[in-house]
Amino acid sequence: MKKIRNFIRSFTLFELLKGMSLTGQRFASRKFTVRYPEEKTPQSPRFRGLHALRRYPSGEERCIGCKLCEAVCPALAITIDTEERDDGSRRTTRYDIDLFKCVYCGFCEEACPVDAIVETRVFEYSFFERGQQVMNKEMLLDVGAKHEAQIAADREVSILGR
Amino acid sequence: MAEWWSNLVAPFPPLLLTAVYMLVFILVLFACVAYTTLAERRVIGFMQVRLGPNRVGPQGLGQPIADAVKLMFKEMILPQDADRFLFRIAPLLSMAPALAAWAVIPFSEHLNFADINAGLLYILAMTSLGVYGVIVAGWASNSKYALLGSLRAAAQIVAYEIAMGFALVGVLMASGSLNLGDIVKAQQGSVLNWYWLPLLPLFLTYLIAGVAETNRAPFDVVEGESEIVAGFHVEYSGMGFAMFFLAEYANIILISGLTALLFLGGWLSPFEGVVPAHVFHLPVIGALLGSGAHWFLAKTSFFIFCFLWFRATFPRYRYDQIMRLGWKVLLPLTLIWIVVEGVLLYVKFPPWFD
Amino acid sequence: MLIQSTVFYFFSTILVASAMAMISVRNPVHAVLFLVLVFFTSAAIWLLLEAEFLGITLVLVYVGAVMVLFLFVVMMLDINLAKMRAGFARYLPVGVLVGVIMAAEMAVILSRPAFNVQKPQSKPADYSNTQELGELLFTEYIYPFEIAGVILLVAIIAAITLTMHKRSRAKRQSPARQVSADRSERVRLVSMDKD
Repeated sequence: MKKIRNFIRSFTLFELLKGMSLTGQRFASRKFTVRYPEEKTPQSPRFRGLHALRRYPSGEERCIGCKLCEAVCPALAITIDTEERDDGSRRTTRYDIDLFKCVYCGFCEEACPVDAIVETRVFEYSFFERGQQVMNKEMLLDVGAKHEAQIAADREVSILGR
Repeated sequence: MAEWWSNLVAPFPPLLLTAVYMLVFILVLFACVAYTTLAERRVIGFMQVRLGPNRVGPQGLGQPIADAVKLMFKEMILPQDADRFLFRIAPLLSMAPALAAWAVIPFSEHLNFADINAGLLYILAMTSLGVYGVIVAGWASNSKYALLGSLRAAAQIVAYEIAMGFALVGVLMASGSLNLGDIVKAQQGSVLNWYWLPLLPLFLTYLIAGVAETNRAPFDVVEGESEIVAGFHVEYSGMGFAMFFLAEYANIILISGLTALLFLGGWLSPFEGVVPAHVFHLPVIGALLGSGAHWFLAKTSFFIFCFLWFRATFPRYRYDQIMRLGWKVLLPLTLIWIVVEGVLLYVKFPPWFD
Repeated sequence: MLIQSTVFYFFSTILVASAMAMISVRNPVHAVLFLVLVFFTSAAIWLLLEAEFLGITLVLVYVGAVMVLFLFVVMMLDINLAKMRAGFARYLPVGVLVGVIMAAEMAVILSRPAFNVQKPQSKPADYSNTQELGELLFTEYIYPFEIAGVILLVAIIAAITLTMHKRSRAKRQSPARQVSADRSERVRLVSMDKD
């Protein structure tokens, strides 16, 4: 009996048609593809992209050169030199991040007691020559200045980095 | 319209005219082939719930041109110890039969290149020649993967040729002619008079054998990339590779067109016998609904879509199962149906065989 | 007429040249491909004789199927050319003798009056060679035709039986059984006590 049923099933191409109806339905269904430059996937406020150094609203840079980020960095991507400034406070003279070494884990951001080093939502950047991948202090501060509003808003929403 | 045209071309010698027609046709066919590759990628993409190529030009319409330009500027690499002459000529051997077969295809009642009596045989002979390109390429490449691919191609195509031939015998019996135009005319009536219904097993056999003959998924063991890299065309690059690609798609279009001609009434309109006859005499609607080359093209496109649909749906057959299907299932099936058809013809079974 | 004879001489030149090449080339694959060319050009010459059915069938059967299988076998050969050429001088006299005898026989037969046929008349355009052939085969030559068919069938069956020796130790799959297998055959649910 079962043999006959299987025989009929295979000669009516039942299973093949079933498969084709499935792909046929998918043919008409909505597509998941995101057309990247025109469309973008939503980002979390905790997104970990390009690094930035922040300043206080007064213009004073936040980083106090405690080197916690340098210590916590698992990839040894951060290099910091510090010196005493004229007003007696400790500030960095050098703050380099090697983006090729960086694994974007966000530990530096978590370790920072003053919310100075942060990772922004920027992820579309490129280098054209060897050496450009090392971000120095000025570049990091520039990134921070450019995206401060977004950075501040994200810190408001997220409990991380606080 | 036809008269206006024949007046226009009257001063030119017919041989020259035929040559020009052929050249134009081949260019159009190449464009169709190029856009079939795009259609394949888009359709399969859609079936996998993604978009497929959509970057070059609107909706990716520039993609085939970009591909062609890229392939043209790539270097053609000649493998060491390859048979130089055969290696170079193999892509042509697979392309030429696919183009030559179009000579006898009727697009509509009066629109064809050659109206020969043994059209069906000619088609069968031409489609069976296509395998030489594959075999010669595989052997001349001096590569074990290519040789394995061509051995598989030889066995598979000989096996499915027979089932395909028997399916055509059924059509031949029903229509009583080897002329493709007469075969279509014999199907006149309505959709139910087309041969897909009385010859349903042969229709399916022909379609399956056609997929196998063109080495398309799910019968693409010849180039099964998970087993033998890319089969017979591993060693080809640049235009040589492009020629194999074009030949494959030209064959798909050819088999689709033949299926439309032999089993789906070619240029006949599906509305025939459904809507009242006077509708066909209306100015624009009549021409659209009535029989004509556009129906042939539509049916061909449908089968091309089916080819892509099969590829998106079915996993590849194992080699021994391909042989089993060809010899032990399709061949007996066609033989049985030919006997059944013979009986039906003998008793003049209405409405098809009276 | 001029076009016809031009086409004829064109094809017959190719035919003779490729036939010569077929027996003289060293590489067996090349020889097979030359044989394909021979078949193809002879089909073209048959077409010239308005024997389109025979011509196309020659291409279909010999070029499309038989030679593919030939090539299939020859491609897998690994031929040692030096070894093959070693006996050439020894076999040469025998070969020449056979060739001369064959040429003489053909000369005798072709000079018979039976081969001295008149040039056939061209047929009208609606003349179907296929139909004529079919009618002749199924009326006048029905018995030879059917007997030939039976002999071929016997040959097919014989060839299959010769190759079909069942090896008792070979393990085979049965796709039909694989496909029709269901859960009850493979899995047995056993209820057991808790500990």
